[in-house]
Amino acid sequence: MPRRFAFPGTEVVLTIIVVAFAVVFAVATPQFLTLSNAVDLVEGYSVTTILAAGVFVVLVSGGIDISFAATASVTQYVAAFAATRYGCGPVTAIGLGCLLGFVLGSINALLTYYLRIVSIIVTIATGSIYYALLIYLTDGTEIYNLPAWWTDRVVFVQARMVSGELIRITLPIVIVMVVVIATHLLMTQTKLGRQIYAVGGNLDAAGRVGIDIRNILVLVYGYLGVLAGVAGFVQAHRVHQAVPTAMFGTELSVLAVAVLGGASLIGGVGSMPGVVLGVLLLAILQNGLNLLGVSSYFFGVVIGLTILVSTSINGYSEKHLRRRGTIDVSPS
Amino acid sequence: MTDARMTNNQATRLPMQLDRLVAALKDGGSNISGLVLLLLALFALFGVLLPESFLRLTTLQAMMYQLPELGLLSLAMVIPLISGGLNLAIIATANQAALLMAWILTLCMPAGTEGLGLGLWIAGALAAGFLLCLIIGATTGFIVSVMNVHPILVTLGVQTLVGGVSVWLTRGKTISGFPEPLLWISNETVMGIPISFLAFAIMAFVVHVVLTRTPLGIRIHMVGSNSEATRYSGVDTRRVIIWVYVLSSLLCWFAAIIMMARFNSAGADIAQSYLLITVLAAMLGGVDPYGGFGRIVGLVVSLVILQTISSGFNLLGISAHLTLALWGVTLLLVMAVKRIAAYWRVLVPARKRGLTDSPNSRMDQTT
Repeated sequence: MPRRFAFPGTEVVLTIIVVAFAVVFAVATPQFLTLSNAVDLVEGYSVTTILAAGVFVVLVSGGIDISFAATASVTQYVAAFAATRYGCGPVTAIGLGCLLGFVLGSINALLTYYLRIVSIIVTIATGSIYYALLIYLTDGTEIYNLPAWWTDRVVFVQARMVSGELIRITLPIVIVMVVVIATHLLMTQTKLGRQIYAVGGNLDAAGRVGIDIRNILVLVYGYLGVLAGVAGFVQAHRVHQAVPTAMFGTELSVLAVAVLGGASLIGGVGSMPGVVLGVLLLAILQNGLNLLGVSSYFFGVVIGLTILVSTSINGYSEKHLRRRGTIDVSPS
Repeated sequence: MTDARMTNNQATRLPMQLDRLVAALKDGGSNISGLVLLLLALFALFGVLLPESFLRLTTLQAMMYQLPELGLLSLAMVIPLISGGLNLAIIATANQAALLMAWILTLCMPAGTEGLGLGLWIAGALAAGFLLCLIIGATTGFIVSVMNVHPILVTLGVQTLVGGVSVWLTRGKTISGFPEPLLWISNETVMGIPISFLAFAIMAFVVHVVLTRTPLGIRIHMVGSNSEATRYSGVDTRRVIIWVYVLSSLLCWFAAIIMMARFNSAGADIAQSYLLITVLAAMLGGVDPYGGFGRIVGLVVSLVILQTISSGFNLLGISAHLTLALWGVTLLLVMAVKRIAAYWRVLVPARKRGLTDSPNSRMDQTT
């Protein structure tokens, strides 16, 4: 029953911190609490959020994936290559990217399942392989001439506020909304979602109940692979080019965001709203400090401190919750 | 956590577990023979492919020049791994220590300092770096053990924070131009062996001795194999964990000195790509990803394997990026072979080579 405490706990704590920071920044700078800033924020963090949603599912299943940044780079490049060299349309190119993402993700799942290696080790190896092959085969050359359907800004809703600011709901915002809602529904409303929680909570028990663990793992890592494909597409859409090295090195920060949102590294625990709050916390901090004129060189310090403080609070409170719940109280 | 609280059962379990651990520490030669075979095979392969250039002293020497940085960083990674954790902050720690020492030696030290004065300045700089690493390590260990946070999270936070401070203070710039005696570490050789390699070899030996022959080392293994059981056996696991991260950070300090000398510069973004490779090297060397088991000998052999692949590919004119891919493939292959070998041993009991068939030894083989 510890989840009853841990579950809402993290989200409530995060909400309080997020609101507190938002209030501070709103008082400090007038630009912060505007609709256009909020919309920009969502668009700016779209790629991170999409990836974090996939990582969250893998974390719940009890695994850790480091290779998704490499997967996103590979799928992005292959889709861009297909679109520029062979003139593939949006459906074919994006479909190809997502399919490739699924395949690369399933490779991780099958290696984890059959070799019984911890997923973090498998994905360090496969991530190195995917990324190294990509750089080797492409020589690190960028693709600039992406077709118009890929780079043109798609605006779904456009409105001018009374204050005169322009609000645009663009493609990345819509995609991120769809991904977040779909992931949330998958994890809370479907049988598959409950099975993923079960596998992450106790692998042996899940197996004995009759859950096909191999299939679950393939779907979980494949899902992250597909989302990596989507993230690769959105990233290229925003910067108008496909650069093989663009997403290299983002894996640990995305992982940090997912865990900040309460997804446990041991598996079986976490929720999509929590992960969104984790992204929101970092986004608000960075954006607020930016508006206050704090040097961007200082962001690393703030993010590091945020991770340490918030996870320490969580760890410490969990420890005390657990102690209160156990019969055998250990001496401190 | 005090001895008085231990029940009889726990008191007898501790020596039993200790025996198993000591046996695992002393044995384990069978684990490494496979790796040594792989290494010999690689040497033979490159020897045939490159009859002119590979099997020569200069190649060997070049490998010795390149190995120490990754080697020392891997040593810094392997101690937390054996304790059942992970230290993702090693590169950030090493870079910050290097930056601090570089700052003292280039900007604080008056130009033209020589002789005894120079020696004192260098000693002071080294001491400052040592102190910094000590603080970082102790803080990391404190948060992991006392605040009860998963090591991946803590070290991810520490990495971001320490790296962030370095970037903030240097604005992303590098510091270069160090006094002669420091560069001497990377340039001079003793009987053909580079000093940096000797330093690595000595450090590897020291870490090996600490991990296998001291009470602290045994406790680190115990915490890695079962932290709760170790705590109930009367070991202050929190102190052990703090020591783990302090030792890891101090090895980063050592790595920082070697890296400074080799690159003749220090910066916030140096050697970032080594981080996951140190984990890869440790796993290839037979360190248990769940903690508790792992030997420095295995790690050293695995480092030599990685370096051989890299040097051989370099001489063959194959891209350095393919080297990274092949490192990944090697790790997966070795893991696969181990898995199949484990199945083999379980399925064919006759092949147990006359081992005493206690439940413990069977468990050792299958895991």
